[in-house]
Amino acid sequence: MTTSADKLVEMSWDPITRIVGSLGIYTKIDWAAKKVVECHSTSSVFRGYSIFMKGKDPRDAHFITSRICGICGDNHATCSVYNQNMAYGVRPPHLGEWIINLGEAAEYMFDHNIFQENLVGVDYCEKMVGETNPGVLELANRTESPHADLHGYRYIGDIMRALNPLEGEFYREALQVSRWTREMFCLMEGRHVHPSTLYPGGVGTVATIQLFTDYLTRLMRYVEFMKRVVPLHDDLFDFFYQAMPGYEMVGYRRTLLGCWGSLNDPDHCDFSYRNMTDWGRRMFVTPGVVVDGKLVTTDLVDINLGIRILLGSSYYEDWEDQEMFVRNDPLGNPVDRRHPWNQHTIPRPAKRDFDNKYSWTMSPRWFDGKDYLALDTGGGPLARLWPTALAGLVNHDYVKSTGHSVLINLPKTMNKPEVTFEWKIPQWSNALERNRARTYFQAYAAASAMHFIEKALAEVRAGHTKTWESFKVPEEAISCGFTEAVRGVLSHHMVIRGGKIANYHPYPPTPWNGSVRDSYGTAGPYEDAVQNTPIFEENSQENFKGIDIMRAVRSFDPCLPCGVHMSVGNGKVLNKLHTPHAFNNEQIG
Amino acid sequence: MTATEPAHAAQAAEEALPNEEEAPIHILWINAGLSCDGDSVALTAATQPSIEEIVLGALPGLPKIAVHWPLIDYECGPMQGADTFIEWFYKADRGELEPFVLVIEGSIPNESIKREGYWCGFGNNPATGQPMTTSEWLDRLAPKALAVVAAGTCACYGGIHAMAGNPTGAMGVPDYLGWDWKSKAGLPIVCIPGCPTHPDNFSETLLYLLYQASGQAPMIPLDDQLRPRWLFEQTVHEGCDRGGYYEQGQFADEYGSPKCLVKLGCWGPVVKCNVPKRGWINGVGGCPNVGGICIGCTMPGFPDKFMPFMDKPLGANVSATASVTYGSIMRRLRGFTARKADQEPAWRSKGELKTGYRSSW
Repeated sequence: MTTSADKLVEMSWDPITRIVGSLGIYTKIDWAAKKVVECHSTSSVFRGYSIFMKGKDPRDAHFITSRICGICGDNHATCSVYNQNMAYGVRPPHLGEWIINLGEAAEYMFDHNIFQENLVGVDYCEKMVGETNPGVLELANRTESPHADLHGYRYIGDIMRALNPLEGEFYREALQVSRWTREMFCLMEGRHVHPSTLYPGGVGTVATIQLFTDYLTRLMRYVEFMKRVVPLHDDLFDFFYQAMPGYEMVGYRRTLLGCWGSLNDPDHCDFSYRNMTDWGRRMFVTPGVVVDGKLVTTDLVDINLGIRILLGSSYYEDWEDQEMFVRNDPLGNPVDRRHPWNQHTIPRPAKRDFDNKYSWTMSPRWFDGKDYLALDTGGGPLARLWPTALAGLVNHDYVKSTGHSVLINLPKTMNKPEVTFEWKIPQWSNALERNRARTYFQAYAAASAMHFIEKALAEVRAGHTKTWESFKVPEEAISCGFTEAVRGVLSHHMVIRGGKIANYHPYPPTPWNGSVRDSYGTAGPYEDAVQNTPIFEENSQENFKGIDIMRAVRSFDPCLPCGVHMSVGNGKVLNKLHTPHAFNNEQIG
Repeated sequence: MTATEPAHAAQAAEEALPNEEEAPIHILWINAGLSCDGDSVALTAATQPSIEEIVLGALPGLPKIAVHWPLIDYECGPMQGADTFIEWFYKADRGELEPFVLVIEGSIPNESIKREGYWCGFGNNPATGQPMTTSEWLDRLAPKALAVVAAGTCACYGGIHAMAGNPTGAMGVPDYLGWDWKSKAGLPIVCIPGCPTHPDNFSETLLYLLYQASGQAPMIPLDDQLRPRWLFEQTVHEGCDRGGYYEQGQFADEYGSPKCLVKLGCWGPVVKCNVPKRGWINGVGGCPNVGGICIGCTMPGFPDKFMPFMDKPLGANVSATASVTYGSIMRRLRGFTARKADQEPAWRSKGELKTGYRSSW
């Protein structure tokens, strides 16, 4: 192994740009084999929400937890409202639920759009491809786009040019789209990104005809936009497979996907734990766990009880000796000590040591009765579309699950006819498929919003304009909320005692995706997906950008306010690099 | 960011020395306080002006700038390879980046209350290989900066992460550097509160500072809490389109009502913020104007002094009660006038001309 160790090169990125929050990634690359052989992920920020929420009024929970995330705070506020609805036993008027669904659909439309085109899209732009793989750009410049008639870019190279930061026209258009989709969001939830009009029991939004007209006109512009964007990204991503055979291994990992479901159907959702299995299956995005391509469950109760929070490499003390808050769920099922209901967050700041503790991120896992699975969310869309496609439960005028795919119907718009897109279950869980799913999910969100706005307008036209229902905060309660944050699974768990918050633990997607080696030694999804990623970049070590690694990481849509840094190393002596750009390579490793 | 173009252009310009091209003003953005990145995200929503208008010089007299902003920076090379993002911050620390504006997002934790480790870091400290804490970056860069800007309530005053019971001892940038702190150019810390900051409030303040930095505007006018005066001198209530309901003593008793929200927990009458007037994005959205109680998120006392958010503010008892009495009389009187105003004048009809005009035919 010494010979191969000689070729190991350390490369680290800290902080990684074009994601939300501060993430560093530290790798060891086998330069001769052109492959990443080791990766650690670490988070550099600790804020302590679960600590400072203790003793607070439970009705403050959604205002506070929204502040966890600056790009999907509303997902937290929504999840917290769901959680509180369960605790207080309140069922909002249907219209209030349709308004939340329209707001959340707009959040998906906005957030996936800005990330796809203005953040991750830059990894696929002409400037980047030209600097990392000039041969690939040259090929792109003479490869005709199969769907040029639908999106207007004759050559793949033209798509790449359109994605160049600021100077690319599609880049600039997408930035504008990210603004008026946020207007759609603000119509329903007041403010982006920390909503002002969400409450337990419903919303404060004033439901007028004008509200929905303002939303609908923007929605139809987005529907038309997506008719160009879906074929554009299909062409771009398909080209990468064609131009670089083997690219499917970039960011590849075993298919271990989790989705907690989102967008409730008010006709079925009563927010009770007792009926959660049923109303969970009525969600407009189906909850589910997919292991090696098989749908393991669609039951939110199973999903809930399987969640385990492990330590191992995180800066926290264990809570084995602490009080258990919840021994049985409301159905009588036993609840594990490592479940969020029973978690205690006890920070213990320490030096970063990749052989020991190296991150503020914990290691959430899903226990299937046998193994502690390091589920990922595929950045959100991949893990949402996969179980939704397999389960065959979603079926309305605009979206239909077929059991093997998802059909998305987009109605006629000003300049384009009706279109049906079909998202098919891909062969791999890898970087390109995470990105492709994102584009399809944007269309899915728009199509879902078509359904919601019809339902909402029907309520208003029938004179049902009430959007909020009153409630009382009980002295004692346990509750949970599930939804899909933009980047994937989101759960909030609460215990109320004496009318105050006794325990509150939110689990957003990044702790899952950006989790670190757990107490069983299992690596987290970023670490796992980066390890074994092949290097296609043509640059020498001195000019190395690590674009393939960045594509692998960014495909997960990292959102670090919920915490991560990636890093290398188990203390082996490695070759040192000496390059003019390295600020100081001596201390690494 | 962004910067992609500008940053690269700037870099190219520097490398091509000597060059008559004006040196850019660099903007170094540290998002690694205790933050949610919501202020970075808010800036991408700004339209008056937008970030691309600032970066591409779309407004008259704008100096050339180079933005080093983690959220959308093109650069992302490894520390051991090309295009390392963090290198710009090391350059500034070495005094090789002149001039620069330092933007801090997130509250500053108290790193001295624990034995080892870090509450938050941004890149690494070259001397130790450990994360460089955000407070150490402040210690290093603040003295060299043209101006220090606190983006969002966390960076301004501590915000949500500085709530009672927090383990990190979080505080705002002025709490950390000192409220009387001045940059080497004589500027106080500029605070743009809001949770998150209003997109245009931020981009407009940045614009002002760029005009000031290039000698085209006088010292930025700030109030005693270091906020730009023109953005924060009025209260939410003064700009709220539901103020009329308050005057008439009409208060919502459930969410979803278009009436005044004071009895449902709205702090608008005492909170300094222009959101109801400005809307949230392109005039759309906001807080009490669209049905959301004002929870005081721009204020130094946020969040503790406004919790529990959904309870009626204590101060509202007297004023709202008074308004109910006074407002009910007002409303009755207005009712007469309103009914009159709601009817057309009598002469608009077919048949004989009744307008008062005396015809000559």
